[in-house]
Parts: sequence; structure tokens; C-alpha cells
Amino acid sequence: MNFESFSAFLAMGGHGPYVWSCYGLTLAVLLFNGLAPGRRQRRFLREQRARQRRQEQPQEQA
Amino acid sequence: MKVPAPLVRLWHRLGSPRWFFETTAPWLPWLLGFGVVLLGAGAFWGLALAPADYLQGNSFRIIYVHVPAAILAQSCYMLMGTCGVVLLVWRMKLADMVLEAAAPIGASFTALALVTGAVWGKPTWGTWWAWDARVTSMLILLFLYLGIIGLRQALARPEAAGRACAILAIVGLVNIPIIKYSVDWWLTLHQPSTFKLTEKPAMPPSMWIPLLLSVLGFYALFIWSVLQSTRVVVLERERRTAWVQNFAAEQGSKA
Repeated sequence: MNFESFSAFLAMGGHGPYVWSCYGLTLAVLLFNGLAPGRRQRRFLREQRARQRRQEQPQEQA
Repeated sequence: MKVPAPLVRLWHRLGSPRWFFETTAPWLPWLLGFGVVLLGAGAFWGLALAPADYLQGNSFRIIYVHVPAAILAQSCYMLMGTCGVVLLVWRMKLADMVLEAAAPIGASFTALALVTGAVWGKPTWGTWWAWDARVTSMLILLFLYLGIIGLRQALARPEAAGRACAILAIVGLVNIPIIKYSVDWWLTLHQPSTFKLTEKPAMPPSMWIPLLLSVLGFYALFIWSVLQSTRVVVLERERRTAWVQNFAAEQGSKA
């Protein structure tokens, strides 16, 4: 461990705000990229089922 | 030149978006798992265990997110340039789908590299921004990504949009070697690359091993995101096919 205490770890020798904002932003970007397709897929499937119901196709019961 | 038979088979299968959709489904949890473990280990090691830099102090720990973001920004663009060639030469639909899915992800990594670079620059260079060769060429990369995204939205006919995006992606490839060599060709503030293929890193292993781990973790999470996103594009564009309609109905009966 490079730091003497947890508060020293958070402070990063005065560079805390720079370091932690970069890591927070990275986490936000990675989460968004990973979770956005799932939301878009669920929305697509919902709309697709509605389209298929309108066409009254038998796949509905599959 | 004789191409091995399994490669030929793979090439033909890539022509089928349905094959892609069904094959990649089991890969997703593994990619997420590898990504979280590798990046988690790299970030913890880099933040808590690695020694502080003798010049920059603790601000250098930004390297463990800045460098992977910048590497992925360029890898993603090279993937898109390759897809552009495949689309124009072989008319492979899947290449266009990857091109659409990867563009916003590449743009996000480029923006992340620029912003983390600016935040790192403040305590290190004394300024948020410098019109430095490396920084400027990365900004051009961001504009290329935004241009490709905008072009697709501006053109109504999907086929014309795909070809235009492919051409822009290929033309923009000239920027990649400019980014890479910008630190060698021009006098710049930006420090030279940490990893070179031909030399050992100038950093001690306690600093570069965590960087390697977080780069690999970023790759896994990038592939995870691009695959997921491409799968949605496959569903949207193939929505009139029977297999997508069956898939939608099956998912509906599960929910």
C-alpha cells in the first residue's frame, strides 16, 4: 500500500479532485456504453411486439 | 494464395447477421466479467499500490484511465475503417451495422481521453488545454466520429448513408498515424508513449503492469459494448425477417 491512511488515499497528495474526477467520469462512460444497448433493445422489442400484434401474426403465441 | 477453409467458412457466416446475433450472445457475460476483473485490478493497483511519480506526484495515476481511453479511441476508429473497406468491397451488411454501432462508443472514448487529459494537464502542464500536436489530432479524431454519426442521421436512404459513412471512415484513417507519431514529429508538451513494441517501458513494472491490466480491461468492456450495440442494430434492421419476429415474440412470452 502506497498510502499511510485512507484519508491520505482520498487526498492523493492534493491531487485528489483531479484523480477522482477522472476515475468517476471513466466509470460513467463505461457504464453508459454498456447499459445503453440493453435499454435500446428492450424498447425495440416492445415496439416490435406491438407492430406484430397490429399485423395479427400467429408468432405472438410462440 | 490459398485461404484456409475454416476462415472461408467464417467469412461466409459473417455475411449472416442472424448467425452473428446467435453466436455472440454467450460471449457477453464473459467479456463483462474479464473487463470488470482486469480493469478493477488495474485501477486498484494503479490508485493504491503503485508508487507516486517522482515529478508528477499522484496526478500521474490518471494514466490508468487516460491511456486506455486514448488507445481504445484509436482502435475503435481502425475497426470502423476496416468495416468501411469490407462494406465497400464485399457489400457485407454486418460491416455497416458494426460501423453504426461503434461510432458513438468511439466518440465517447475519444471525449474521455480528451477530458481526462485536460484534467491531468492542469496540475502537470499548468493548463487545461494546449494546442499541442497530440491533443489537436485527438480533437480531429473526435470530429471524425461526430461527422460519421451526423452523416448517417443526415442521409435518409440507409444504403447511401452506409456507403458515405464507410468512405469518411476510410479517409479519416490518415489521422491515426498522425496521432501516433505526433509526439515524435512535433515538439510537444505531451509525453511519449509508455508502451512501444520494440522497447521495454521506461516505467518500473509496478507502474506499467497495472496500466497493461487496465488497457486489457478496457478492450474487454469495449468489445462487450460494441457487440451489444451491434446486436441491437441487427434486430432493428432485420425486423421484417421471421427470425427477429420469432425472437421478439419469445422474449415477450418470457417477460
